[in-house]
Amino acid sequence: MANPITTLRNSAEEFKQLDAKDKKRTITDSILNNALYILMLIFVIYTAIERPNFLSLGSLANLITQVAAYLPLALGIGGCIVLTGTDLSAGRVVGFTAALAGVFLQKADFANKMFSFLPTVNIWWILATMLIVIAIGAVIGLVNGFFVAKFSLHPFIVTLSTQLITYGIILWFFSLNGNNGQPISGLSAEYKDFVGGTMFRLGGVAVPWYVLYAILLTGLMWFIWNKTTFGKNMFAVGSNAEAAKVSGVNVFWTTVLVHTLAGAMYGYSGFIEGVRSGSVAANTGLNAECDAIAACVIGGVSFVGGTGKISGIIMGVCVLRLIFVALTMLGVDSSSLYIIKGAIILCACALDMRKYLVKK
Amino acid sequence: MQQDVLLKMKDITKTFPGVRALDHVSLELQKGTVHALMGENGAGKSTLMKCLFGIYNKDDGHIYLEGKEVNFKSSKEALENGVAMVHQELNQALKRSVMDNIWLGRYPTIGGIAVNERKMYKDTMAVFDELDIHVDPHRIMSTMPVSQRQMVEIAKAVSYNSKVIVFDEPTSSLTEEEVEHLFRIINMLRDRGVGIIYISHKMAEIKRISDYITVMRDGQWVATRPAAELEMNDIIRLMVGRELTNQFPPKTNQPGEVYLKVDGITGMYNQLRDVSFEARRGEIVGLAGLDSSGRTETLESIFGVRTRKNGSITLDGRPCLNRSAQESIKNGFALLTEERRATGIFGVLNIRDNTVISSLKRHKRFGIYLSEKSQREDTQRYIDAMRTKTPSQETKIRSLSGGNQQKVIIGRWLLTDPEVLLLDEPTRGIDVGAKYEIYQLILDLANKGKTVLMVSSEMPELLGICDRIVVMSGGRVAGEVDARSTTQEEIMTLAAKYV
Repeated sequence: MANPITTLRNSAEEFKQLDAKDKKRTITDSILNNALYILMLIFVIYTAIERPNFLSLGSLANLITQVAAYLPLALGIGGCIVLTGTDLSAGRVVGFTAALAGVFLQKADFANKMFSFLPTVNIWWILATMLIVIAIGAVIGLVNGFFVAKFSLHPFIVTLSTQLITYGIILWFFSLNGNNGQPISGLSAEYKDFVGGTMFRLGGVAVPWYVLYAILLTGLMWFIWNKTTFGKNMFAVGSNAEAAKVSGVNVFWTTVLVHTLAGAMYGYSGFIEGVRSGSVAANTGLNAECDAIAACVIGGVSFVGGTGKISGIIMGVCVLRLIFVALTMLGVDSSSLYIIKGAIILCACALDMRKYLVKK
Repeated sequence: MQQDVLLKMKDITKTFPGVRALDHVSLELQKGTVHALMGENGAGKSTLMKCLFGIYNKDDGHIYLEGKEVNFKSSKEALENGVAMVHQELNQALKRSVMDNIWLGRYPTIGGIAVNERKMYKDTMAVFDELDIHVDPHRIMSTMPVSQRQMVEIAKAVSYNSKVIVFDEPTSSLTEEEVEHLFRIINMLRDRGVGIIYISHKMAEIKRISDYITVMRDGQWVATRPAAELEMNDIIRLMVGRELTNQFPPKTNQPGEVYLKVDGITGMYNQLRDVSFEARRGEIVGLAGLDSSGRTETLESIFGVRTRKNGSITLDGRPCLNRSAQESIKNGFALLTEERRATGIFGVLNIRDNTVISSLKRHKRFGIYLSEKSQREDTQRYIDAMRTKTPSQETKIRSLSGGNQQKVIIGRWLLTDPEVLLLDEPTRGIDVGAKYEIYQLILDLANKGKTVLMVSSEMPELLGICDRIVVMSGGRVAGEVDARSTTQEEIMTLAAKYV
């Protein structure tokens, strides 16, 4: 490993040797390449001055909690983007699995309990439910992956279809047993505790257990992306599928598995979302994929394919959530919030693409 | 004499951070001449041309076209002023038709709105007739072989009525016959007074076609001489700055017993018919033939990336099904593909990832975890063994030169421990020095008892390095010749057998 200080000194030396024009270009380049982080810093400072309690521990706890809720989804979708694809079905899969988890884990004495034959809620049933909804998410992802890989369809088309199909299933599910489209509520206390119970407090604000789960999942995904054959193959397929095929990579299974893994992450997100939303409605999870895709893109998972890092996705989710928290604190209304979010995605993409354009 | 100077580049200098790519390079191109520009990869030929076409901004120097100073901002501007380039790596709209590509950016229109398809067709045919090119203007580019796409590119340059045409490695994907055609076109253009800059690594061609030769080395001008005054060895000496006595390393391999048997391969979706041959341990077998004679298809069918209808492959008496690349790799095969950029490299990935991708199971620990350390060691071993020039293992492969990319990919395959190497144009677009190293590498492999099947469009290369040459024609095996005793004429005759 190169010594960072020598590296820095060397680049300083190199920089000194450049002529004025190149110096200017180097500076502009480094500013533009880090523009997003620079803007974030300015933004944080501004918010902190306007609302001093923005920089409190409580607000940090709030941020961490939000990041933990949105991160798994982005980690799942990130893989699809590495394959130059995308996934539009994520939000609906979250909605469906959240509804399932909710129904499975309703209070025993709840008047509107949808299925009375379900077992009473205990830790084992909660874990079983979690595995079931993760498996259901994975199956939907598997379907996505199969159609993408087998028929060389663009993931946009495939996941658009599964998005619609899943929504249909959700609507049908919500009208089962005379439920008539009512939101699913009356979640058991055990389920709420398992997901949203207080792990510890930071500055007086509770940090829920799912922060821990998100950390574990992130570690798992980092391992899969960086340390396994599957991860290496994923990047190879995303970078050049033809070359990957000739090099002996099983392109079909790699594609299927990436989507399946993504589906599993949506299933897990649904399990968390059930508790976070309090009562699961038919529209729970709507457009969740937009935030996730945005976070990936901001974090440098490029649609060019074959590039992206877990750390980047974490940064992307943090940036989006930070903006959200800060703008809410500043009292910005929700319509402006959407406009700002859109503008940020656009800028992030443009700045990201700049890095891949061949300089001439 | 002075008024005949068509293009003059004077004291062109270009610096990249840390490298002086061009150092006061000058070049004069006379009307109606072919001027060869030679030099090893990295000598600065491409950079010089990129400065001419405004793809790079030159730091210093002047360019005069017919005595007037010009400073093109883009290749489009250059084209409009009569300076065209036929690129080595074609950048074409592959999903569009031939004529769409030729008139791209200047479609003839009816009333400035609708594209005048009929005029486009007529004009295209006029240019094709003039150049004796037989391609349907309505054909979609992606359905044509590289050589024909290149002809289209040349037609495009001619259609601009260009005064100067730059050919960058035009023959690297052409067969001998197509090269002849290209030379006829070039001679015709020369007779019309067009000035031609011809960049190539192929000595024999340069000697045949060019009037003047300029040699560059390490970003500097070395010499400009009339081609008649230079012998091949002189050119090589000027290029490498040292005597390169032999183009090919001495042949030391000793073919052993028969190892690979290919029997009656017929393609499901291609022209292959009943292709059969044998190869021995430690033998280098060449596959010669014209373009679309089925050489590449043969290698790809053996490797299982093309579907076979019939036929069998046996290795040491053991049948190999080779239904997919994975299976072939398991059976000890390796395939170096023809189009490096399209099917060889993973451009955005680094050298290490590009090296280890086919041999990941070597690095697996506890059944799941990939050891970083052993990946690093393997990569370093092959960087050292192949003398790959790269700043680090973390460098993205697309920033390396063609020869170095090729070395990385060869390294990738050697790590899979192959017994049979299928090499498709292993030295395409690689400079003389690096070519020699690749030849040496192939010989070393044969010396270790590996079987090598090698496709090449460069006949001297096949004659220089192979033991035996299988000549293909029209998807069939036209004959086998001993590389030591055969002649280019004999191979050409066989190659034309089933056309």
